[in-house]
Amino acid sequence: MILALDRVAKRFGGVRAVSEVTFSVARREIVALIGPNGAGKTTLFSLVAGSLAPDAGTIRFEDRDVTGLAPHRIAALGLVRTFQTAQPFERLTVAQNIAVGAHLHLAARGAALQRAAEIAERVGLGKWLDRPARELNVAGRKRLELARALATEPRLLLLDEVMAGLNPTEVDAIVPTIFAIRDSGITVLLTEHVMRAVMRLSDRVLVLNNGRLIAQGKPADVAADPAVVEAYLGRGATPQVAGELAHG
Amino acid sequence: MKSAGAILVLILVLIPVPWLVRSDFWLNFAVLALYYGFLGQSWNILGGYGGQFSFGHAAFFGTGAYAGAVLQLQFGVNPWLALLLAGVAGGIVGAIVGGLSFRYGLRGSYFALVTLAFAEVLRILADSLGFTGAGVGLQIPLHPSPVNFQFAGKAGFYFVILALTALGLAVAWYIGHSRFGARLMAVRDSEDAAQALGVNVFRVKLAAIILSAVLMALGGAFYLQYFLYVDPEIAYGPAVSIAALLAPIVGGLGTMFGPLVGAVALQLLNEASESAIGAAPGLNLVLYGAALVLIIAFLPEGIAGIMRLRAGIWRRRLA
Amino acid sequence: MVEAAIVVPAILNGLTTGAVYALVALGLTLIYGVLHIINFAHGALLMVALYGVYFLNATVGIDPYLALPVMIPGMFALGYLLQRYVIGRAGRGKDENVMLVTLGLAIVIENLALYLWSSDTRTIETPYSFSTVDLGVALIAVPKVIAFFGALVVTILLWALMRWTDLGKAIRALAKERRGAQLVGINVDHLYAMSFGIGIACLGAAACLLLPSYYASPHIGSAFVLIAFTIVVLGGMGSTVGALVGGLIIGVTESLGGLFMGESLGKIGVFIIFIAVLLFRPTGLFGQKA
Repeated sequence: MILALDRVAKRFGGVRAVSEVTFSVARREIVALIGPNGAGKTTLFSLVAGSLAPDAGTIRFEDRDVTGLAPHRIAALGLVRTFQTAQPFERLTVAQNIAVGAHLHLAARGAALQRAAEIAERVGLGKWLDRPARELNVAGRKRLELARALATEPRLLLLDEVMAGLNPTEVDAIVPTIFAIRDSGITVLLTEHVMRAVMRLSDRVLVLNNGRLIAQGKPADVAADPAVVEAYLGRGATPQVAGELAHG
Repeated sequence: MKSAGAILVLILVLIPVPWLVRSDFWLNFAVLALYYGFLGQSWNILGGYGGQFSFGHAAFFGTGAYAGAVLQLQFGVNPWLALLLAGVAGGIVGAIVGGLSFRYGLRGSYFALVTLAFAEVLRILADSLGFTGAGVGLQIPLHPSPVNFQFAGKAGFYFVILALTALGLAVAWYIGHSRFGARLMAVRDSEDAAQALGVNVFRVKLAAIILSAVLMALGGAFYLQYFLYVDPEIAYGPAVSIAALLAPIVGGLGTMFGPLVGAVALQLLNEASESAIGAAPGLNLVLYGAALVLIIAFLPEGIAGIMRLRAGIWRRRLA
Repeated sequence: MVEAAIVVPAILNGLTTGAVYALVALGLTLIYGVLHIINFAHGALLMVALYGVYFLNATVGIDPYLALPVMIPGMFALGYLLQRYVIGRAGRGKDENVMLVTLGLAIVIENLALYLWSSDTRTIETPYSFSTVDLGVALIAVPKVIAFFGALVVTILLWALMRWTDLGKAIRALAKERRGAQLVGINVDHLYAMSFGIGIACLGAAACLLLPSYYASPHIGSAFVLIAFTIVVLGGMGSTVGALVGGLIIGVTESLGGLFMGESLGKIGVFIIFIAVLLFRPTGLFGQKA
């Protein structure tokens, strides 16, 4: 197990954003974390990545307790996240952006820039190397987020709604990239709202609702799970949806 | 490596200036332009490359000036050695200001405010304590001799400030070509993203402020030797804090030559206004303030921004 | 051991100064609360107001307190125009830009004053300049007593304005939610300028109350700016009550500091408080978490 959460909980004031969440991710899996808005997905990501510290529970990464460690230390250990709203280093070029990630393990400027060029090619940004990052459109920025994270040589990649803001063509274009990432040996944990992509990409799906894990399993099983259907669509939706999914 | 070449060429071109420039007036102009350029270079490290705007950089300048003065007057330290130690003193103050401010996550206007407060605290202390001469300040006795870091003519000072300028350019070059610099600029553009990529934001910012403070303190020690006098207002007053940020903003934040270009432009503006309207107290600062507002309004990337626009147009023409 | 006879007057004087400080800080905290900008030109504008009161007195012979109906609208107009046509335009909403623009304005204003009026300090004399009020434990100068109550009255009026008038409600709506305010048809640029104007109008009032016991000089802006920031941060950004309480606390701190440590070193207490609050409790006493 590359990642193991045990009864992780976080509350903000009186609100339990995340409670009693327990799950693990195996190496080279692509696991999707889904749930309606406000279910606690982003909070959970922040807890794993270290920007928030849990009130209870433990988080183990590669069999090492990382609960409450600072974000930059967790990243240095090989657990790297991307952001839902892309945060490029606007005044730097694409190459310089990616190089910042590469510098985690490479001290020399030249080596980092070279690694940046290679990774840019892999994610399809090869032609943009010397352009300022602020010139990229949304899809480009998402790829840049990916590229920067990849440059740090992560072993577990947390993708926070990487498809958000992409049109269907762009979504279809990024799916093979994510498969390629997994094939290169990196485990992927992603949160998404774009269900098509989730169904195609994931080996397993975790469903969060009101801060609790209400289902986990193979994509098709989870989609058919009445509890999941009701979490999204409300009580009584199960019979209607079951029919739709049987044909989907 | 092109920029390293550019630096070398610039320095080489500037070396013969004292022999080419006949009048004392213009040599003084050159010294002051480089001096303000150097102050700007030091501010630029933290403000331009690091994105942390300090409004109280006088805290480091004044420490350098007073350290130089006290070491010479009270402890008989050789002025050149005092210069180096002044840099160290500045670095220590930088570490304190940065250590506290960044540890508690102060950013943007709050950071600017706290630097103002630190400078003011130091000014009050300098104004009240005996060993800094209280309100009267400290004066260095006139003993012109190179060993004494005092020169009969301005040429000697010119070479010293030229050497300091070269140092500033070297630091800027290092920032543009190193891991540290890449991380610093990343922190400037997005702290959260930088952190997520493994950058220790606190350490990077702390290193930047210390580096900036050391250079600023060297500037203070140079001022002391050039004018042989320092008092609380000169050392820690708002004038030098403003001077330090003005040059990089006018010339181009976060660029290698921006602070120098800005300093020269501001000095020229100063001279032009003095010959046009006469030297009146406060007038040149009015122009500086207006320049600041206008630059922010119309040319936020400074003079370097004009260059970039031009370069962009050419690139599109050739593509 | 220090006698009460010395400390009590110091505290009372501190309170009167503090009330005027509070009025200055009130404008600053309003500007921050609505526009979210830290107005580095606040001290310089107070200085302009002080000169305004001075010249009204020196040239036309108007008593400073009677100048209130002139100074308040006058400074309001100045503030409105500055925000609408300079700060708003040049700053374009970006925090770092606005910081520098207000700093630039401060430099221009302060040095223009230096150029026009030289660095001589200007004071005025009124028939009651040297009268005092006997409170038993202390004698307090009349101008200071008037300043204290005047500041309280203006503060209450401002609070009422913000609470009960349509303008005040619109401003508070804007402070909370800019988009929503726009959707409801509020002219954001105009309202921002109104808010800034009100904040500067406070300076007009403060100047009328302050000049009789103080002086005008180009450089006092810098001194007041830091004190005003300290109060706003101590009291909590955007909090009216905070500005008042903070002002009183700082006024007393400065007064006692001056008493125990001397005029110049005494001010250090204020800035130590400032640094401490910024570091350890940036939301201040009554502020809200960002």
